[in-house]
Amino acid sequence: MLQQYSEQAGGQKIEIHSSNHSFALWRLLLYATADFPAWGDPNSPANSYLSPHYIQKSIEETGVPNLVTSVLADYRGFDTMFETAVVFCAGLACFLLLRNFKQKEENFYRHIPTGVIIQFKKGDKTLPVGKEFEHIDTEWIPYDLIIKTVCRILIPFIQLYALYVVAHGDFSPGGGFQGGVIFGSSLMLYAIAYNLRTLVQRVKEKLLGLFCAIGVLIYAGIGVVCMALGGNFLDYGKLSQILPVDPGHIRAYGMLGVEIGVGITVMAAMVIIYVNIVSIGRHDEGL
Amino acid sequence: MSEILPIIVAKYNYWLYIILMMIGLYAMISKNNLIKKLVGMNIFQTSIILFYVSIGYKTNATIPIIENAHGDSHSPHELIIHAADYINPLPHVLMLTAIVVSVATFGVALALAVKIYQRYQTLEEDEIRMRLTEE
Repeated sequence: MLQQYSEQAGGQKIEIHSSNHSFALWRLLLYATADFPAWGDPNSPANSYLSPHYIQKSIEETGVPNLVTSVLADYRGFDTMFETAVVFCAGLACFLLLRNFKQKEENFYRHIPTGVIIQFKKGDKTLPVGKEFEHIDTEWIPYDLIIKTVCRILIPFIQLYALYVVAHGDFSPGGGFQGGVIFGSSLMLYAIAYNLRTLVQRVKEKLLGLFCAIGVLIYAGIGVVCMALGGNFLDYGKLSQILPVDPGHIRAYGMLGVEIGVGITVMAAMVIIYVNIVSIGRHDEGL
Repeated sequence: MSEILPIIVAKYNYWLYIILMMIGLYAMISKNNLIKKLVGMNIFQTSIILFYVSIGYKTNATIPIIENAHGDSHSPHELIIHAADYINPLPHVLMLTAIVVSVATFGVALALAVKIYQRYQTLEEDEIRMRLTEE
């Protein structure tokens, strides 16, 4: 009883302490805002040293109108490469933490035309999955026809839009990160509308892992090719020796290649994280 | 009061980010449930993203995509570009990658939470500590 009481008091004490601390820090930060530049000030320190160079010289130096892309993939190419590597490592960590290869002892199969469910106990018996039978779990719920149909119509357009966002990242808002996330979300929508098994059958786990690595490899590979052609790492200007395009636009093509690598990695990493978390690594029915 | 109000209005972006940041910090320190801590961490990250994007803003400026630079009709040297007409692209670049990385690391945090739940059957911090001392 006494211990319980003291534990409760300790919990309350922590709460009071932390609220006091965050309140004190809150007041300190608010006090510091007096020295901050005003909202929207064009001459604030953040807007005055490096950023005018990016804005005024980007077209001249890189030939890409979207400044965000030119800074992301050219001026700060190293940073973006390692951010991509972080996304790859996150996908890898999710896989290593959660993936569970142990199969369930019970197997359920549903005969699609009649709706009869067959159960195999402790057996290695399997049925050919196809038009007649499908592999299901105990949490199986019937598909909703409306959701299924709408998603079947929508998913190709979402994927096309994702490809557009990646390919047009140099000229309009967009790029590899955004396009990759949109493409990944279309695959997640597929898993939600049908079920996770359908997605895993359609997009194999090995393929996703391969894509996740290939994206980083494309990014680093373009950098190495630039080095092999006599420039610095990720110096896209040197690519004009092997690509038969207008030298004025060569940096835009280099950035496009890099963005494609980023998009592939982000897409695969998002799907790997989703698939592993919702099914706790078993890749069965899931959500 | 009449002196303080204009200061708040002129710098309301900082006030918003500080309030959000402290909500996140408070949740991370004091909440007992690991998922609530993660939500606090996400609020904290979002406040930093808002802060970065807001310091890149310029009044009467447009998005950082150079106008009239598409296609080959204009030679780049003919374009006159004023830095005051376009908002600062640098914070956007930093936050663009930070958003995706925060989502990916949030996925790893959720995976760890799932593993902790599988091991201890709970996500409450004090109960986990109790189980640890029992073992």
